[in-house]
Amino acid sequence: MIDYIMKHYDDLIAATLEHLLLVLLALVISLIVAAALTILCSYSKAASNVTLGLLSMVYSIPSLAMFALLIPLTGLGRTTAVTVLVVYNQYLLLRNFLAGLDNVDESIVEAAVGMGMAPMQLLFKIKLPLAKKAIIAGIRIALVATVSIATIAASINAGGLGAILFDGLRTMNYAKIVWGSVLSALLAISIDVLLRLLEKKWEPNTPP
Amino acid sequence: MAHAIEFQNVTKTFRGASHNAVDHVSFTIEEGEFITILGSSGCGKTTLMKMVNRLYEPDSGTITLFGKDSSTLDAVPLRRSIGYVVQQIGLFPHLTVGGNIAMVPSLLKWEKSKTEARVDELLAMVGLSPDEFKHRYPAQLSGGQQQRVGLARALAVDPKIMLLDEPFGAIDSITRTRLQDELLALHKGMGKTFLFVTHDIEEAFKMGTRVMIMNEGKLLQFGAPKDIILRPAEGFVKSLVESARAKEAFWEKFK
Repeated sequence: MIDYIMKHYDDLIAATLEHLLLVLLALVISLIVAAALTILCSYSKAASNVTLGLLSMVYSIPSLAMFALLIPLTGLGRTTAVTVLVVYNQYLLLRNFLAGLDNVDESIVEAAVGMGMAPMQLLFKIKLPLAKKAIIAGIRIALVATVSIATIAASINAGGLGAILFDGLRTMNYAKIVWGSVLSALLAISIDVLLRLLEKKWEPNTPP
Repeated sequence: MAHAIEFQNVTKTFRGASHNAVDHVSFTIEEGEFITILGSSGCGKTTLMKMVNRLYEPDSGTITLFGKDSSTLDAVPLRRSIGYVVQQIGLFPHLTVGGNIAMVPSLLKWEKSKTEARVDELLAMVGLSPDEFKHRYPAQLSGGQQQRVGLARALAVDPKIMLLDEPFGAIDSITRTRLQDELLALHKGMGKTFLFVTHDIEEAFKMGTRVMIMNEGKLLQFGAPKDIILRPAEGFVKSLVESARAKEAFWEKFK
């Protein structure tokens, strides 16, 4: 076990970085898409219900099946992996974003509209700052899920820690299996802890 | 001269309600009046008020503000020109007192120095020392102080009409009496038109130059406090005045 890390630490670091890159790329694209969807949904309750319903349906498709479904369209490799990750993230992000925005105290929203804020001013000046905590929570949940689903993406040649894990499975190399899983778990846990700290800092309704 | 606020046969119904929230109401209010709207919860008083700044649209009838049909005006700028205070105060918890008061000026893109001077002036006007309170957050204020800030925020751009929806409803009775007196003094010097919703009969008759009494969406009587007490309309208004008298008699017993 220790032998392996002494000999192959550069492989492990490379795989971890590759994994992280995949996760961050997926996150950036996910956030852009989710922000656009959130703004659209803020105009209509019906639209937001339909969007969430559709996304939750898509979210229930197993990831391996989703990768397989997309291969004819986008081929093997990173493009397919990122696409799937972005699609899954939409449900996790949007659900939390919309819940956070909806939970802003009714009297605050009424005062804001009553004093003459336009819909986008209400969103950016009042609702978003007050929903910060829920937004960070959504990002945290999406990131942790992405780290784990990205491991499976190795099965379609997207690389990352999953590649080490699958390699280990194929060749029955326990050291690879253990290091692949330990590192992906560590990655998920550290992201979780980091963002929980941020959430704590941004408790709503208290002075920043 | 045009009336400050005029309702002509205004009706508003909410889906599934058994009676109209506001039922064929007509009245005129002159500039500078302090009007209180009295009624129990669900009588339509808040609905009526929210039609003035177009948080609700009437189903029929017309609302005229200073001679202009309000339905022809753009709702967002209209709301910026009307002061609005709600019972739950609705201060923005993520902004300081100064930030809260400066909100409408910032929506109207006032210059920073003008806004800052105005914030100080308003805080002093509502009895809060600017240096002490400007940089605090709403959570660091008492209920009475919060509502003072709410009032200052509504007054920020010097609106001609002020709407106050049970502003002292959640405030203890000693602070409430003080705030009432201060609000009256404030109104006296300003020449603004105040519309003040309350379910408290004493508050309504103490504050209003004229009192509007509503029940089940109908405007039952609208007049000076003394006229209503001397000549209450039959039915609801009469029993309302009698109940107030009974309460007074209760306190007399302890003298």
